[in-house]
Amino acid sequence: MEEILGKYKSTALKDVTVWFKAATIKDFPKDGGACVKYKDKQIAVFNYARTKTWYACQNLCPHKIEMVLSRGMIGDDKGVPKVACPLHKKTFSLESGENLNGDLEAIATYPVKIEAENVYIGFSE
Amino acid sequence: MKNIIVVGNGMVGYKFCEKFVAQSGNESFKVTVFGEEPRPAYDRVHLSEFFENQDAKALEMAPAEWYAENGIELITGERVSDIHRETKTITTIKNREFSYDYLVLATGSSAFVPPIKGVEKDGVFVYRTIEDLEGMLAYADKVKKTNPNAKAAVLGGGLLGLEAGKAAMDMGLEPHIVEFASKLMPRQLDSRSSQVLQLKLESIGLNIHLSKATNQILGDDAITGMEFGEDDVLDCDMLIISAGIRPRDELGKTCGLEMGVRGGIVVDNRMKTSDDSIYAIGEIALYNQMIYGLVAPGYDMAGVAVDQILGKAESLMPDAIDMSTKLKLIGVDVASFGEPFMPASKGHSIIFENKTQHLYKRINVSLDGKSLLGGILVGDATDYSMLHQIYLNGMKIPEDPAQLILPAGDGGGAFGDVMDLPDEAQICSCESVSKGQICGAIESGAATDVAGVVSCTKAGTGCGGCKPMVADLTNATLKSLGIEVKAGVCEHFELDRQDLYKIIQVKGYSTFNEVLDNHGTGGHGCELCKPLVASLLGSINADTANKEYAIQDSNDRFLANIQRNGTYSVVPRVPGGEITPDKLIALGQIAKKYDLYTKVTGGVRIDLFGATLNQLPLIWKELISHGFESGHAYGKSLRTVKTCVGSTWCRYGMDESVSFGIELENRYRGIRAPHKIKGGVSGCIRECAEARGKDFGLIAVEGGWNLYFGGNGGATPRHAELFAEQIDNETVIKYIDRYLMFYMRTAKPLQRTAAWQDRLEGGIDYLREVIIDDKLGIAADLDEEMQTLVNKFECEWTQAVNNPEMMKRFNHFVNSEEDDDNLVFVPLREQKMPEQWN
Repeated sequence: MEEILGKYKSTALKDVTVWFKAATIKDFPKDGGACVKYKDKQIAVFNYARTKTWYACQNLCPHKIEMVLSRGMIGDDKGVPKVACPLHKKTFSLESGENLNGDLEAIATYPVKIEAENVYIGFSE
Repeated sequence: MKNIIVVGNGMVGYKFCEKFVAQSGNESFKVTVFGEEPRPAYDRVHLSEFFENQDAKALEMAPAEWYAENGIELITGERVSDIHRETKTITTIKNREFSYDYLVLATGSSAFVPPIKGVEKDGVFVYRTIEDLEGMLAYADKVKKTNPNAKAAVLGGGLLGLEAGKAAMDMGLEPHIVEFASKLMPRQLDSRSSQVLQLKLESIGLNIHLSKATNQILGDDAITGMEFGEDDVLDCDMLIISAGIRPRDELGKTCGLEMGVRGGIVVDNRMKTSDDSIYAIGEIALYNQMIYGLVAPGYDMAGVAVDQILGKAESLMPDAIDMSTKLKLIGVDVASFGEPFMPASKGHSIIFENKTQHLYKRINVSLDGKSLLGGILVGDATDYSMLHQIYLNGMKIPEDPAQLILPAGDGGGAFGDVMDLPDEAQICSCESVSKGQICGAIESGAATDVAGVVSCTKAGTGCGGCKPMVADLTNATLKSLGIEVKAGVCEHFELDRQDLYKIIQVKGYSTFNEVLDNHGTGGHGCELCKPLVASLLGSINADTANKEYAIQDSNDRFLANIQRNGTYSVVPRVPGGEITPDKLIALGQIAKKYDLYTKVTGGVRIDLFGATLNQLPLIWKELISHGFESGHAYGKSLRTVKTCVGSTWCRYGMDESVSFGIELENRYRGIRAPHKIKGGVSGCIRECAEARGKDFGLIAVEGGWNLYFGGNGGATPRHAELFAEQIDNETVIKYIDRYLMFYMRTAKPLQRTAAWQDRLEGGIDYLREVIIDDKLGIAADLDEEMQTLVNKFECEWTQAVNNPEMMKRFNHFVNSEEDDDNLVFVPLREQKMPEQWN
């Protein structure tokens, strides 16, 4: 359990060494998310179509260690973009990864960039 | 410039400063405050909260800077050691000298440690200051390392002792309360209420030992137990003493002020001691031969002392002091007011006791039955605020006073409106805030909501017991001013569900963004408003969940029920529970092919568990080819209409319950509602289909059907109420159409019909007026709206598997055909289940 959680570390924009081309914009639902496979990782990617912003985080919910966050509903908490886990509605900030309605440990977040209709996720390894 | 020295920086000492700063005429004084503890005054009433967050700052009455900003010099960590009345000076423990014109003693009290042999041992603590708590936490950590099942005993079963018991529990120790008297909280509760409280506390894990006199504390250096009698020993690893308080009156004693026989500094109703320049307030002041160990009278004393020093001679402490209290002890409401124990010669007591629910209510009324003298509430103190007000203001009570404490619905709940209270009624006794001040804050425009009222009047900032009443008064005043009090759906909508329903219907919106852009407060929406709007679009436009799947709740989004490990379960519709052998075989073959755990559900359908996201469309293509359709087990919509076999086979059957059940299930399938809906049809009064436990239920009787509405299983079981008798099939459908449509229009989000019907003013009679007599003139609209939904029905799984665009969402990865590799199943009997959670 520790092992699988330990796979996911937040990556800051300045630390990105690999921009992984995941899919095209139209592969993602508007104002929703989908899951991307990168090496042995599962990354949830969210398309905030209302403001054309994108976020990425681990697909793993730290509450019960299940690969489900990409299937969660997104929205905002007083302006902070968040995802609600589909299992028990634990919500996490997509900026800081912080658990907004409890004291679970923060989830890892990753930078996203869009170039020529393609969605790239930033990793440091 | 005159000097005021305040000795003691506790809650009352701080309150003196706060009230002083707020008064006019304070310019010619300089206030200096001495505190013995290292930190500025904190809220001792809520000390046990320290165990939850260990945040001392959060308990502060005001930060250290507050004193400086208001021209007060605060000197912490320095105890005043002597008073020299002749020279009007004091000296401190650091041998510094200060002179005063007025001296205010607010040194409070300390925990009383009874002279028991062994109290000096390690692991024995008192429960009074943050330092005490820090010491306990460190010690508890230590003992837990050597003994994970360590026990902590609390000496004293009074108010504070029970708080300490909670603290022991929070520290992860097995809590034991040891009380000398034969009951808990002997000062506040009578024996019966005390027993109810004891039952409740025991049920949540507190061990209680009554009538125990402690002989000695056992152990070499550190405590190992307590000895009560020869063979009566309680092993424990820690002891918290909470056996009462003693006034910290040593300064008064050494400088020769008049003292009480059992301690305390004698004061008059001006809070003056026997020395004209010295005042005493709070728990060291002996007023009317009494020490008042509550915050509210302490605050009042602080106010009187401030007024007296500033020359307001008319401000005096009242003779009678209200000792009513309401608190939450380990999650249990306990309150007492006025005269809780009353001799039978003075009045009559009315007692309501329900040990199974841990409830006790007692009120004492005068012999003529006209006034309320006092009472005790344990388990549920929601009535406290109103009872307390009736008592304080001598308000008239109902002819049958029992109505004051009987549960609402049993002829009880006969309280007057909060607005009937006189303006001078004191709502917040900690801060002495009257009803007039609270309503005035809104009327003057100074506050527009509860938070505003709290910040400008301070009401509710003490013990917090009056908060519900402050909220009621605020809302009632706003209403009287014509300002609507609205509970919006969430931060994105100030409107409630009913408003949104009307708006979407009138404006003809078809997407979430249209609704948010035109009627929301901005932002992106959230997990509260998105599924709500999705449900409304379904209820009004018959939109399926495929149309805008990203706003659907977890299950609707993938048209399946998400299970513990993120896989899904699949439930095809089996209307009325009737299924052909061929279809049953098909279900079995599909379940076998995809290795799905198979079970008959509580709603007598067949549920196939363990399907991955990628498998869902494959499974459904096969199910549809065998003539199945979605069972909507995932939706807030019709689940099943349960039927007994009825007159087609049963020798007792009065009518064809299966045929009618199938017709009803097919009529209402797929319709989105505030919550799930279940139906039941029984062929005779034996009621094998349990129809009265359903949202709508039918029982065949001589001459037609009896129709029931508003039944529920679940967390709050409720039998459905009889709505109409001996009606024919056509009339049944007309009434259910209208009932469901009216429910869909007016219920709150996620409110089942049972709760909706319970809260509907006028109840089932009102429903008959609307549905049968068409009192609101909406029956034709309801009929038409329901018929439209019925006509527009489309199986959303058939829709999805035939549309490649809709199918895209059923892939675990957007960039790979692979499945989730994180899933682990383990064998279960002859099937499988997900690996247990840790």
